[in-house]
Amino acid sequence: MTVSEKIVADFVANDVEFITTVPCKQLAGVIDAVEANSDIYHIPSNKEDEGMGLCAGAYMGGKRPAIIMQNTAIGVTVNTLVTLTQYYRMPLPMLISYRGELREPVACQAEMAVHTKALLNQLNIPTYHFHKEDDVEEFDAILKYTYMCNKPVAILTDASFWGGYGE
Amino acid sequence: MIRSDILRDIAPILSNQLVVCNIGLPSQELHLIDDQPSNFYMLGTMGLSSSIGLGVALAQDKTVISIDGDGSVLTNFGTLPTIANNVADNYILLIIDNGSYGSTGDQPTYAGLKTSLTNVAKACGCENVIECSAADTGKTLQSAIDSKKMTIIVAKCESGNIKVPVITKDPVVIRDRFMKAVQA
Repeated sequence: MTVSEKIVADFVANDVEFITTVPCKQLAGVIDAVEANSDIYHIPSNKEDEGMGLCAGAYMGGKRPAIIMQNTAIGVTVNTLVTLTQYYRMPLPMLISYRGELREPVACQAEMAVHTKALLNQLNIPTYHFHKEDDVEEFDAILKYTYMCNKPVAILTDASFWGGYGE
Repeated sequence: MIRSDILRDIAPILSNQLVVCNIGLPSQELHLIDDQPSNFYMLGTMGLSSSIGLGVALAQDKTVISIDGDGSVLTNFGTLPTIANNVADNYILLIIDNGSYGSTGDQPTYAGLKTSLTNVAKACGCENVIECSAADTGKTLQSAIDSKKMTIIVAKCESGNIKVPVITKDPVVIRDRFMKAVQA
């Protein structure tokens, strides 16, 4: 089972049926696996705050949602996380590609990487960092934790976790 | 007619329907005119009424009406292609288009100038897009509900606001009673 297959299997095992995605090269495999899974309604969104709106609606409609996005999205979604997801106390697992870490080839990505954990910390968002492939073993517990506490929860996944950036 | 006149007109049609209402004055006016547990009021996050409503519609079978404004749709323009490509026949987007940012002092929007949201929605691939006058909003909304086809309504009205109190209900209470209405 690949890492992407394991992540999608954990989503399904935790009754996550509604996933929105904004693509990142590092996330291409897991997005393909989400799209291929018939137990999940995959709805690509055009911007991450739009995606969080879709997830808020799906949650209130009775389905467990999740969002898959890049860490640059934290810069886009601060207001939505605070005044929608947190203010109304809704659960939202955020599977995030942590661009700008070790093995990153694009210098600009490091600029947002240095702010990513600080922003998540400022927002009081529980944050987990997957650096080695085995770290994926915690994903199931993180999903359970998210739906237990009704909070947005960040899972940062860096290039080392994904086996490099295609170098 | 201004937005609050439309909301008064359509309140009987909205009765017992799942309604997701735009931030600011639209939610405050709806709350004043006809508060009900199946209304979800947005207290923050401008622009996401259409996205939240679509999410609710895709997750269950009851009809969902998102009440949005022209300024809010412009803020979240990416929503229209997402709606067009994820058809939920229990979903109605009612855009009350008064050509202005009403909650912030009636500054003009581009929808009140050269940009037609009706044409934009059609260009994005939305299939049932109806532009109507303020006075025809009620019958247009009712026929959209009866059609059981996903519909985008652009109701054109004049700019203007009434004095309304802010909503002081706790957000978790608003969310909880809305979810109970979904499950009822």
